[in-house]
Amino acid sequence: MIPGYITTNAPALLIAVPLLGAFLSPLIGKISRDARALWVLAVMTLTALIGYLVAFLVYTEGTLLYVFGATNATLAVPPDSGGIPIRIIFTLDAMSALMVTIAVTVGFAVILYSLSSDSRRSGLEAYYTIFLLMIGAILGMVSTGDLFNFFVFLEISSLASAGLVAYKVEKGRAVEAGLKYLLVSTIGGIFFLFAIGILYGQYNALNMAMLADMIQWTPLDKLALVLVVAALAAKCGAVPMHFWTPDAYSMAPSAVTAMLVVASQASLYGLFRICFTLYGITLNYATIGWVIIILGILSMIIGVTMAIPQKDIKRLMAYHAVSQTGYMLLGVGVGLAVLGDQALLNSYGMTAMEGGIFHIFNHAMYKGLLFLTAGAIIYQVGTSDLNRMGGLGHRMKWTMIFFIIGALAIAGIPPFNGFASKFLIYESVFAFSPLLSIIAMVVSILTLASFVKVFHSVFMGPPLPGNEQVREAPRTMLIGMTILAAIVIISGVFPEFFVQNLIAPAAHALTDQAGYISAVLGGA
Amino acid sequence: MFWNLPYIAVVLLSVIGLATILLKRNLIKIFLGVSILTSAVNLFIIALGYREGGIAPIYTYAVSENMVMATPQALTLTSIVIGVATSALMLSFAVIIYKTYGTVNVDEIKELKE
Amino acid sequence: MAFATSLSSGFGIWDPLLWVIAIIIGLVIAWLLWRSGVSSYKKDTEQTRPYLSGNAEPPKGEVHIRAGNLYWGFTEGIKGYYQRIVPLHTGIATDYLLWIFWVAGILLVIVMVV
Repeated sequence: MIPGYITTNAPALLIAVPLLGAFLSPLIGKISRDARALWVLAVMTLTALIGYLVAFLVYTEGTLLYVFGATNATLAVPPDSGGIPIRIIFTLDAMSALMVTIAVTVGFAVILYSLSSDSRRSGLEAYYTIFLLMIGAILGMVSTGDLFNFFVFLEISSLASAGLVAYKVEKGRAVEAGLKYLLVSTIGGIFFLFAIGILYGQYNALNMAMLADMIQWTPLDKLALVLVVAALAAKCGAVPMHFWTPDAYSMAPSAVTAMLVVASQASLYGLFRICFTLYGITLNYATIGWVIIILGILSMIIGVTMAIPQKDIKRLMAYHAVSQTGYMLLGVGVGLAVLGDQALLNSYGMTAMEGGIFHIFNHAMYKGLLFLTAGAIIYQVGTSDLNRMGGLGHRMKWTMIFFIIGALAIAGIPPFNGFASKFLIYESVFAFSPLLSIIAMVVSILTLASFVKVFHSVFMGPPLPGNEQVREAPRTMLIGMTILAAIVIISGVFPEFFVQNLIAPAAHALTDQAGYISAVLGGA
Repeated sequence: MFWNLPYIAVVLLSVIGLATILLKRNLIKIFLGVSILTSAVNLFIIALGYREGGIAPIYTYAVSENMVMATPQALTLTSIVIGVATSALMLSFAVIIYKTYGTVNVDEIKELKE
Repeated sequence: MAFATSLSSGFGIWDPLLWVIAIIIGLVIAWLLWRSGVSSYKKDTEQTRPYLSGNAEPPKGEVHIRAGNLYWGFTEGIKGYYQRIVPLHTGIATDYLLWIFWVAGILLVIVMVV
């Protein structure tokens, strides 16, 4: 059905197609605006199809390798290299495949939405180039098995994201947000590169599997881990390094914000990948696990309490993004804290990790949906100030329904998907430490409270004077939202299907360090 | 001791870079601090690549066992390119901020807060 | 596993299907209540006006409770907390960077000591 050369080269095409599409889109844009829109949509569709193909191959056949520049795409260790995998290797295990699925799904919905929501702006030739570049970089981050390659994709995604955040200018305020994001990302990148240097200096390798095979727990390794954790936690917006998040999320175009959520999660993926796969049980798992749990708890509490008094709809949602990131850190952090103890891991550690990873999936979907509805509201009303909205439910019925779905999902109300993952987190974290579980539930209640506020002030009440021109959002925007809303509902009603087939393999892939090493180095 | 000179330079450059970022208030000077910090990391990686008695990998007919792997050089080159792109983007942001806000003092660039 | 839809955490089981059924039942009850209302009212007469103890109805725009007034009591109740947390969000870029350095430093101490 699918030609062999496509399946063999799928991991490379996953990066090549968006990159090529990105740099051709200004040329296509010379023909006409519609041609460019069609081109961007075609490129994204193709990327999504390749992404699903890659994910399907990983889930059915196990870890997928792609060695760049080798005669045989799966020849990781050249025979004349003395046992060192010198080439750049893409290593896609189930966790990477899950992130690829998330990225292409949200990317497709967001591009579809963006084609009409941003069609009024100027400078679109650069906009779509950077947008596709960002999607390509995210896909690269989650599929690479090489530390330096990860750094390169991290920097590409930072630069592209910063450019997109600043894209609207808005009397300089968007540029200010872009500048803050870029400064934080650059410092994070420098930290990460320094850590790479430390690891390379000790072990003469950049490949994660090779490093994982040799890694000790020397003071230098500790320093490298600290630098990586600080850099990637800052990039994913964990408190107290979250300050850039509300700025960047609120000033970016809404479609970009939905994608920025995924970019943050790619950094989160990097954090988990390095803690679990690179260091594994050599690190002091209880300490690092608790560090991640504390970052998560701080993110949850401070994120949600800062969200409640916000007056800007996107700023409010951005603080909720910080708070929800806390759940992922909490779930996976609990898994990390008991990594070395197989009995505890089987008892509740795996469930906590499944909850955290499922929350990554769910968060990307419902948070993307919420930012898209916020974008539709801003598109129609022309302001993001909550105090100047009201009574929009009369005119924007579909947007309201999508908002309700997203809001109930983020607040963890059954039967939407947010509850499914929070259920796993609550129950397993309760076995670890009841206090953490109670904090998580209280934060969920506060989340619901703050979304009730948004719902009331935006959609309820009589139609306000000044909003007479408000209409329903254009159809392509609604289609983009429908895709995400459908996933929110389906994964909420059939959570067991998703957990069994997508999430549990990903959680096992993270804890299975030996499997990752042997997939690349072969043999033991 | 002599062989540690590059690493001492790395530490000095890092401290200078960090101090510039945290103490200076002018946006352009902060960018200079970021650039110095990047240079420190680049120097660190290139210093790691030195192998005593190795042959530079630019010479085709050398004995391949003695040839030094060119990875750190490649990393540094990539990192320099990324650094240039970052500097360019940061400086262009500074231009727009100066045009719209009329200042490059980082303490006054806080329209977005809380 | 009770149903294909149920989710097991190892400690408990949750079945979204039951919730869907419950929601459908709730919607049916709501529809029945709505249906039992009087359908023969006349539009645009006194019958559809809100009754505010005989006072005139204020303009529509003034009835709506705006976002800024919601949860005033909550934020007022934990004012001490907000007075400490909100000023931390200074909006100054170098403060953001300083926080990252702080976190890295504290992490380093924790990891090295423990």
